[in-house]
Amino acid sequence: MQATALGARLQRPALHRLGTFIYLRPWLVLALLLGPPLLWMVVIYLGSLASLVVQSFYFLDPFTGQVIRKLTLSTYADLLTPANLEIFQRTALMAAAVSIAAAILAFPWAYYMARYASRRAKAALYLAVLLPLWSSYLVRVYAWRLILAKEGIVTWFLGALHLEGVLDAVLRLPVIGGPSLSVSFLGMFIVFVYVWLPYMILPIQAALERVPKSLLEASGDLGARPGRTFRHVTLPLALPGVLAGSIFTFSLTLGDFVVPYSLGNSSYFIGQAVLSFTGTAFNIPLAAAFTVVPMVIMGFYLIGARELGAFEAL
Amino acid sequence: MLFLHAPIAVIFLYAFTTDDAIFSFPPPGLTVDWFRVTLNRADVWQALGLSLRVALVATLVAILLGTLAAAAVYRGKFFGREAISFALVLPIALPGIVSGIALRSAIGIINVPFSFWTIVIGHATFCMVVVFNNVLARFRRTGRSQIEASMDLGGNPFQTFRYVVLPAIATALLAGGMLAFALSFDEIVVTTFTAGQQQTLPIWMFSQLTKPRQRPVTNVVAVFVVALTTIPILLANRLTERTVE
Amino acid sequence: MTEPPAPAIRLDHVSRSFGEVTAVDNVSLDILDGEFFTLLGPSGSGKTTCLRIIAGFDQPDAGRVLLHGADVTQLPPYEREVNTVFQDYALFPHMEVGANIAYGLMIRSVAKPERVRRVAEMLDLVRMPGLESRRPSQLSGGQRQRVALARALILHPRVLLLDEPLGALDLKLRQQMQVELKAIQQQVGITFIYVTHDQEEALTMSDRVAVFNVGRVIQIGSPAELYEHPASPFVAGFVGVSNLISGELAQRITGSAETFSVRPEKISLQAVEQPSPDGHVSVKGSVRDVVYLGVHTRYLIELEGGGDLTVVEQNRDTTSMDVMSARGRQVRLVWDPKHNRRVSDGGGAALDPAG
Repeated sequence: MQATALGARLQRPALHRLGTFIYLRPWLVLALLLGPPLLWMVVIYLGSLASLVVQSFYFLDPFTGQVIRKLTLSTYADLLTPANLEIFQRTALMAAAVSIAAAILAFPWAYYMARYASRRAKAALYLAVLLPLWSSYLVRVYAWRLILAKEGIVTWFLGALHLEGVLDAVLRLPVIGGPSLSVSFLGMFIVFVYVWLPYMILPIQAALERVPKSLLEASGDLGARPGRTFRHVTLPLALPGVLAGSIFTFSLTLGDFVVPYSLGNSSYFIGQAVLSFTGTAFNIPLAAAFTVVPMVIMGFYLIGARELGAFEAL
Repeated sequence: MLFLHAPIAVIFLYAFTTDDAIFSFPPPGLTVDWFRVTLNRADVWQALGLSLRVALVATLVAILLGTLAAAAVYRGKFFGREAISFALVLPIALPGIVSGIALRSAIGIINVPFSFWTIVIGHATFCMVVVFNNVLARFRRTGRSQIEASMDLGGNPFQTFRYVVLPAIATALLAGGMLAFALSFDEIVVTTFTAGQQQTLPIWMFSQLTKPRQRPVTNVVAVFVVALTTIPILLANRLTERTVE
Repeated sequence: MTEPPAPAIRLDHVSRSFGEVTAVDNVSLDILDGEFFTLLGPSGSGKTTCLRIIAGFDQPDAGRVLLHGADVTQLPPYEREVNTVFQDYALFPHMEVGANIAYGLMIRSVAKPERVRRVAEMLDLVRMPGLESRRPSQLSGGQRQRVALARALILHPRVLLLDEPLGALDLKLRQQMQVELKAIQQQVGITFIYVTHDQEEALTMSDRVAVFNVGRVIQIGSPAELYEHPASPFVAGFVGVSNLISGELAQRITGSAETFSVRPEKISLQAVEQPSPDGHVSVKGSVRDVVYLGVHTRYLIELEGGGDLTVVEQNRDTTSMDVMSARGRQVRLVWDPKHNRRVSDGGGAALDPAG
């Protein structure tokens, strides 16, 4: 019996025997599956991140324009000039403002999707949110530039309503104003909220979907009025979704340079600064040090979000 | 809803305007002339070609690696299983500029020249997670017993993959692949740092934002980009929807 | 030719643990050729792991698996002449019923006409003729079950493994399938190894049953043996309802404080004033609860001097009105002491009458 079983095994084709060889060694299966993607992520991605950190400790010789490959802190000293600190502050403020605004706008939408929409409507709404999330980011920014331009739709629309005065008044405001909506912080803010809104809607919706209907009914049964149920049951349960969404909105705003370039004025944001250091100044160490800052900010943000359970909502 | 989708309609409208410099609204007149002009622009064709090739290769790499990673995570508990999902999501969770400058600095340190492949590597890295998520979700829904049933009936690991696993995840692969394609075709932030002097279509568009040569051509290209990214996403959505039912 | 034929399956000191948990703990058992053998136990008792080890989906940490005398411990599932019916059926959703059933033949490169013929044969066997071109999603639970059975039987395995195959079906269908499974098994003459946590199912179908608990085999025997002579309180409780009597009351009845069990249907209820038949055990108590179950009624009796016993009586002449009014009434419990079973020593032997 044993002999025939073995004999049959030896006669099988080589591929079959190779399959069996691998199958009977679970660690080998795991190594073959995990090896390539792990190698890619570790070597290419994490390796790059490491090189970024290393690079930030190099410095640029101001006379020759060559990168000196010695570890110093001088690049970080360059980083902490008042002008640069202002850039960090400006970017972080914008990111925070955008995240909050996106959360406020996204919540009702997500709530409607999760609670009231029929199956069909939900699928349609889902797609409506999904599309802008995946596609044509640059085109969307570009479209807003046209919309907000001096001669664009907003001006025309307000003109038609005889409200030009309001727009002018808003644009005359310090800090957020500017020569036109397409060259102002206000315009930037609107566009940021617009392009990142889907990233906020989906996690909130996912979190709300996970709140079982029976839980809300239970709260109602126990005598809570709808407002209380919302505040004490729905909101805390949706919070991980909001946090997960804010990871995206915050992070994306921190690192973006397209919107500031298209709609900003001469006050730089982190993304622009990094781009200009690599592009024109060729000061890669300084650019690297510049990005270490949002990396650290995001690192803390991610750890905090993880503590609060945002990862389940991703 | 309007807020999310109206801007795209504006681009469509402007692609037909007769205005060629300042884009006043409403447009003074409509024409299809700009489509003809765009078709004759060699730089547009070149950028489009590069974008398509990059997206295609990056998608293939992402499909291969993302699927392997999904299979590994699905298959068993091992040390650091959570870390894999975390590492894969990093490239899209971290600011794009971080990934971009990181790759740029690695390219600088090991001194490789910018090329088609530097762009592809960057794109494949952030596309992987899309395929990974899609395929992992499918694996979880399919369950283990179909694989066991195939082996039980005599299918060796390769036959089981060919006749059972592949058909089960085919639509997930396709859906993930299309999302990855759209993501890659549209990407600008990371590409800016890994492309050197080459221009993908988004980079070409970005350069037109700051130094426009013929603005209406940009509009036409924008319409084209919208189409090329929207269609695969719609298809991917259909694919995943149908298999859920 | 004095040597007996090798058993269809022999588990030889098989152990398997997952991390800290020992799922299968040094299990040895022989399953004879042509038997309908059931692995019975609560969830987590190791019965399913045993089945998976026989199928080859899981490798034992120690011990051997022998299939008709040949050691198959190191063979992958696709090289074992053993097939499985899965709990969730595991039909391939992208293939039609015909292709599902023919899968094993396709893998073995059996010619198309032969495949078609044998698939039709199998569909006849499971009484679903002509449904080759349906999709699994178009079938009912019971039909999927039959397709899964046909798919596993088409290869004429030496042993067929069934992992709680009726678990997802409703009661009526389940009872019907139990009868059919048994009939099919007798028709094809293949050894069936059946995993279930349902004792009634195990008693209905099996030639022999192995009762599992926390990774070990507690008792192996025919359904009647398990029921009549449970080897431990666990078996007595798991197979059927058991009434365990111990301590002072046991002392009074049998003359020994050892725990014994008596099956609920062996006890009859009488009015207190009625004298008990000679040589019978007689205990007084009051009816605490009554559950009317149509065919029979289950009484929970609180005994005088402590302890509860369950008693089951046929509703031959009684109506639900009669039985429900019994609640709270004083009764006398009477049974023949030959039904007392000692369970604490693992012997399960009948106790001698008191004295």
